[in-house]
Amino acid sequence: MSLEKKILSFLKGPKKGETFELKSGLVSQYKHERKDAIQRVIQAMTVGKDVSLLFPDVLKNIATYDLEQKKLVYLYLMNYAKSHPELCILAVNTFIQDTEDPNPLIRALAIRTMGCIRVDKMVDYMEIPLSKTLADDNPYVRKTAAICVAKLFDLNPQVCVEFGFVDELKKLINDPNPMVVANSLNSLYEIRDMNSDPNLNVLDITPEIIKNLLMCLNECTEWGRITVLTTLNEYEAPTPAEAGHIIERVVPQLQHVNPSVVLTSIKTILRHVDKVPLKPAILKKLSAPLVSLVSSSIPEAQYVGMKNIRIILEKHPQILSKELRVFFIKYSDPLYLKLEKLEIMVRLANDSNAGLLLGELKEYAMEFEPTLVTKAIKSVGSVAIKLSVCVVKAVNLLCTLIDQRGGDLVINEAVVALTNILRRYPGKNDLITLIVPVISNHVEDLTTSEALAGYIWLIGEYPKYFSQLHSKVDALVDGFLEYESQLQLNILTSVVKINLSTNDSSYSNQLQKVLELATKECENADVRDKAYIYWRLLSSSSTDAQQKVIMAKLPRIDTTIASFNPVVLESLINDLSTLASVYHKPASTFIDPSAYKRAGTGTSKAAKSGNIRDLTKLAKQEIINNAKNENLLDFDDEGTEASDAAPSLLDELNDLFITPGDNQGSLTNQSTNDILNLFGPPQPKPATNTERKDTNDLLDLF
Amino acid sequence: MAYKGNGINYVYINHNNLYVCALTRKNENVMALVVFLLKLIEVLTLYFKSLEEESIRDNFVIIYELLDEVMDYGIPQTTDTKILKEYITQDYYRLIRNTPLRVVQPPNAVTNAVSWRKEGIFYKKNEAFLDVVESINMLINAQGQVLNSEILGEIKIKSHLSGMPDLRLGLNDKGIFSADSSSESTNSKGIEMEDIKFHQCVRLSKFENERIITFIPPDGEFTLMSYRLSLAQFLMKPLILITCKTKVHKHSRIEIMCSARAQIKKKSTANNVEIVIPIPEDADTPKFVPEYGTVKWYPEKSCIIWKLRTFPGGKQFHMRAELGLPAVVDPEELATMRRPIKAKFSIPYFTTSGIQVRYLRINEPKLQYQSYPWVRYITQSGDDYTVRTS
Repeated sequence: MSLEKKILSFLKGPKKGETFELKSGLVSQYKHERKDAIQRVIQAMTVGKDVSLLFPDVLKNIATYDLEQKKLVYLYLMNYAKSHPELCILAVNTFIQDTEDPNPLIRALAIRTMGCIRVDKMVDYMEIPLSKTLADDNPYVRKTAAICVAKLFDLNPQVCVEFGFVDELKKLINDPNPMVVANSLNSLYEIRDMNSDPNLNVLDITPEIIKNLLMCLNECTEWGRITVLTTLNEYEAPTPAEAGHIIERVVPQLQHVNPSVVLTSIKTILRHVDKVPLKPAILKKLSAPLVSLVSSSIPEAQYVGMKNIRIILEKHPQILSKELRVFFIKYSDPLYLKLEKLEIMVRLANDSNAGLLLGELKEYAMEFEPTLVTKAIKSVGSVAIKLSVCVVKAVNLLCTLIDQRGGDLVINEAVVALTNILRRYPGKNDLITLIVPVISNHVEDLTTSEALAGYIWLIGEYPKYFSQLHSKVDALVDGFLEYESQLQLNILTSVVKINLSTNDSSYSNQLQKVLELATKECENADVRDKAYIYWRLLSSSSTDAQQKVIMAKLPRIDTTIASFNPVVLESLINDLSTLASVYHKPASTFIDPSAYKRAGTGTSKAAKSGNIRDLTKLAKQEIINNAKNENLLDFDDEGTEASDAAPSLLDELNDLFITPGDNQGSLTNQSTNDILNLFGPPQPKPATNTERKDTNDLLDLF
Repeated sequence: MAYKGNGINYVYINHNNLYVCALTRKNENVMALVVFLLKLIEVLTLYFKSLEEESIRDNFVIIYELLDEVMDYGIPQTTDTKILKEYITQDYYRLIRNTPLRVVQPPNAVTNAVSWRKEGIFYKKNEAFLDVVESINMLINAQGQVLNSEILGEIKIKSHLSGMPDLRLGLNDKGIFSADSSSESTNSKGIEMEDIKFHQCVRLSKFENERIITFIPPDGEFTLMSYRLSLAQFLMKPLILITCKTKVHKHSRIEIMCSARAQIKKKSTANNVEIVIPIPEDADTPKFVPEYGTVKWYPEKSCIIWKLRTFPGGKQFHMRAELGLPAVVDPEELATMRRPIKAKFSIPYFTTSGIQVRYLRINEPKLQYQSYPWVRYITQSGDDYTVRTS
């Protein structure tokens, strides 16, 4: 070994490291070694290692008959195209050749990958392969090409429209193959969402299209059906007959095993049902499929189903009136399902199932999970307020819970529910005699301000029913300053009310004390003001005015079940099955419509047009340089041979560069940006930034 | 399962400690997303036996391939495992080395109207096996009253049939589906089947219009249809009646007296009956006296399981158990005692709803072969056959 070599190997350091191993694997003369190396490269890429340095070496393996190897190289290309846009162009020829391969799988693979390489330059080479594959004999290729149009639009809307691909896509809606139809529709939807050009009419749903879609609905895959149903949902049927026809075709889909097909069908039927005369009969058909959404074995799907059921119930309250039992909580349900089931159960409560329902609610109130217990007790209150027939039973139930189960949580929640019930049925003697003693026995246990507020209101409203009223009022007045200001206001009102209703002056001491405390020692302005108003009212006005102002009854509570406002409800009904239906918020509140728009770049045909040959030359030059560097580094035992390797490597690469003759003319005319820019650092696009941020968010999530 | 942040919505499901997540900026069809994620899990599970972190690491190549086929640009394509298996084969490498001339092609079925069956299937003996499986979910209170019950029925088929056979399934009168628009179904004796769901091979419009079940089956095993019967009036008494009395002697021991009774026909037998009785977490030193069968203590699940291999109809058995309790008792502990008792069982040759297969006509227009349909019935417990305690 010469001295020179020794020095070189010393400078270079040890020949080790993963990248080096992979590199030598990629250029190995053995097929299986190369393939193995590619697999490992992809593996490294997947776990987040940067293997973009290997780009030229991976690219050398693109020309292969091994389908799996081809897929892997394509995968690598998709991932690193952005960091090596100039080298991507070298793969173009292989792509174009592959789109003419006799095997449809390869044709589809090539066009799919081309669309995923998000490099501006790619746009120019896509015209011919894309129009060829869109007209392919094989539906598998056509359906892949249909989606590629949307990918192209994403990359460059201008070119996509100019080459007429959007129109091609519209024609494909009438394709004989259902899968092609579905993908074309999906692709058009994507384009419509991305489109920012008001003059471009992306999708017009005509009666002919609808007719066609109804024909192929039954032949589609489950996902295709969803697409078709979504389109039917957008269509405004001009006549009742047509709406009826659509419904008639959609109803069989309710029997589909995929819950999303079922829910989308329900949505479509509800969309058109208002127009047809037989509305009640059709609504009746929906109840079993709705129930099936809940009996599916997947909790996540059940949850989405129930969120939607809640919306539908509000619009059509009768639709599930007989199905209460389905919503009974199962012990094994996850908590979020249990809570959602309770929401639906209180909405389904009616006179005939009230007894059954209350029995169930009692079971849930005896459970261990605090959130569930709280919600169950609230539900008992809601049911009692909703249905007057079962109010006594509900009140008894709540009282039993307080006595038997006990505990802060149960007592506080039950007291809130009980006072709410009294606000719904004011002045009912039997109820008051049931409720007041129970609450007055547990005054010490009240801790939440809601429960306390209820109790204080009650003592002011029905003082006669309380035993030992005097000491209770004393306790409130003595502790006045320790309560939060909201409760101080309540105490103030109640003490004044007690004073007025008892007529004699037995409570005047307390009154005096509370007014003084409120005006002199209380820091809250509202409390002070209120105290002053009462004081003045009591000292100056007529008793009539006092009665009117102070003893005024609170408005009656009609329900404690939350409902949507009509505008929101209408928008949610139209957005069934979507994210909006789960959040219970209109889409406009959480979706940014512009996030999806693409700027219509007007500079598709750049002024500076490059020649493909120049480009090739530059690319070649770079690869030669790379190869030389490699050789310098490799200067080892085999060093002498390696220097010879450079030209042979070039020969190999020449195959890649040869452009098919017929393409050449069009390609040279195509625009490319300034070639010199090519070798500069890839310009970071705003899109990548946001994507990165998103992944971070995602990580935070888990 | 849905979360939003920064204008992006994350829809995810949890599977074996993995989060499978979909992201969207649009107001997407979230039900479709959830179901797609589930199907994805199903597909991956089929390929790797079980889907967990390890199997993802080991199989990234095939996962990339599968993801490529099941969706494109975020649009679901095909999630039918039978068809995917046709052209995403686990062992590519060997396939290509041994038969370099054979090129993998996308099966026609991917885009055909019959997307679930390939052409040219051949069996020497043409057979179809039908399993009618009814799973019973029941909620019983401590007094033995049924609060809620439902039958989840499935008709499963294992098809070993050549060519492109067209099948027609006939069910017994009782199982005749009431045309749901007519409201007089209550007075007729027929069962009102609720939400019948069919495999995508069944011609839905034909069923809707003529109430006939016709289909070209996929090859191998699949679930042809499922149905649900929620029949409080039909299933008034529990199939296996379990009564259980628990006596807690605070600070010393707990006594459990349990009896089970098979309330089914004398001729029938329930197999592999398991009764899972919850016990306090800190119980110890169990003593069991079963009249029949075996009892085991599972401290990690805080329960005891009473197993009876066979349980003839009409019989009743008792079991007594005694476990020690620690001297110090956590007051919260007693609340957790409210977990329900669960039961598992299976009863062959019997359907609770009385549904029966009348005929299965198999017709292959080109091959015209002799074929043999086989039918089996079984009733079993669903995943929620529970008895409330206290």
